[in-house]
Amino acid sequence: MIVRILGEGQFDVSDTDMDGLNELDAAVERAVDSSDVEVFTAALTALLDGVRSVGVAHDVDSLDESDLILPPSDASLDEVRQLLGDDGLIPG
Amino acid sequence: MSLWQRMTLIFRSKANKALDRAEDPRETLDYSYNRQVELLTKVRRGVADVATSRKRVELQVNQLEQQSTKLQGQAQKAIEMGREDLAREALTRKSGLTSQIGDLKAQQAQLQGEEEKLTLAQRRLQAKVESFRTRKETIKATYTAAEAQTRINEAVSGIGEEMGDVGLAIQRAEDKTAQMQARAGAIDELIASGALEDVTAAPGDDITRELDAMSSTSDVEAEMARLKGGSTPPQAIESAEDGGDILESEPVSEPAADGNEGGARP
Repeated sequence: MIVRILGEGQFDVSDTDMDGLNELDAAVERAVDSSDVEVFTAALTALLDGVRSVGVAHDVDSLDESDLILPPSDASLDEVRQLLGDDGLIPG
Repeated sequence: MSLWQRMTLIFRSKANKALDRAEDPRETLDYSYNRQVELLTKVRRGVADVATSRKRVELQVNQLEQQSTKLQGQAQKAIEMGREDLAREALTRKSGLTSQIGDLKAQQAQLQGEEEKLTLAQRRLQAKVESFRTRKETIKATYTAAEAQTRINEAVSGIGEEMGDVGLAIQRAEDKTAQMQARAGAIDELIASGALEDVTAAPGDDITRELDAMSSTSDVEAEMARLKGGSTPPQAIESAEDGGDILESEPVSEPAADGNEGGARP
């Protein structure tokens, strides 16, 4: 799987590593639903750290699409909501 | 569907919609390439803008630090002259500056971070644009319009995602820079309005004025004493306060270290 962390680039993550990441992902999702900022920040940091540690940087000059796109590490809860909403994702 | 799968789909559909307009699919290649080059220009400009803001904040930090050092020197001098009230005033002003300096340094670090992020984004986009250009020429030379469609779609969507990412990075950097520019502007205004200037501006500020006045008085007294007493060396500031002493006292065994120091210390 190719996972993109916005603002950082793409990572190759093996399918076996995805199980662990899915758990971290579920934690972030719960935090977004519960609107708990502190829990959200901690969960997002854990998820992105997970991707960086198991993932390998994808070829920088490849033109491959990612399978999964994650928000930037310093994204706020509101920003993530905005990214998931209908406007503001791709400027211009 | 997980949150990020949803986000991925939204991101991708927006990236593709932006490029989905050419009649001949091969025109899409050129259209996309032009947009990429535009975006590269924009990200370069973004890096330059953030760097300019960072330098402005650095300049302000330097200015305030100089002022802070100066106030420290004034406090020291005031103590030496037995003026605790002036020393207290100087230290109070200095502590106000210290918190401003702390805020500015935090901003400076944040801008530095944005600058690094954008520089990396620029490098990533540059590599992908190069790669896209090569792919574009190959597709144009090798395939008919119908055959090329799939390959064009692949290339265009792949780079479309990168463009969306870089575009977002630029927007975030612009937002942050705009916030800090507003604060930096407020500090410039504060300096210009004199709120800080009183504390700091070269020889005009009140503490300096008062210390200078005291120094020159004691310098004059010391000089007078020297003239009257022949070889009497300059007296210490303390003894200058009651002038009669100077004439009566024996020449002091060791000359006062700061008897003829007029200006603020660096």
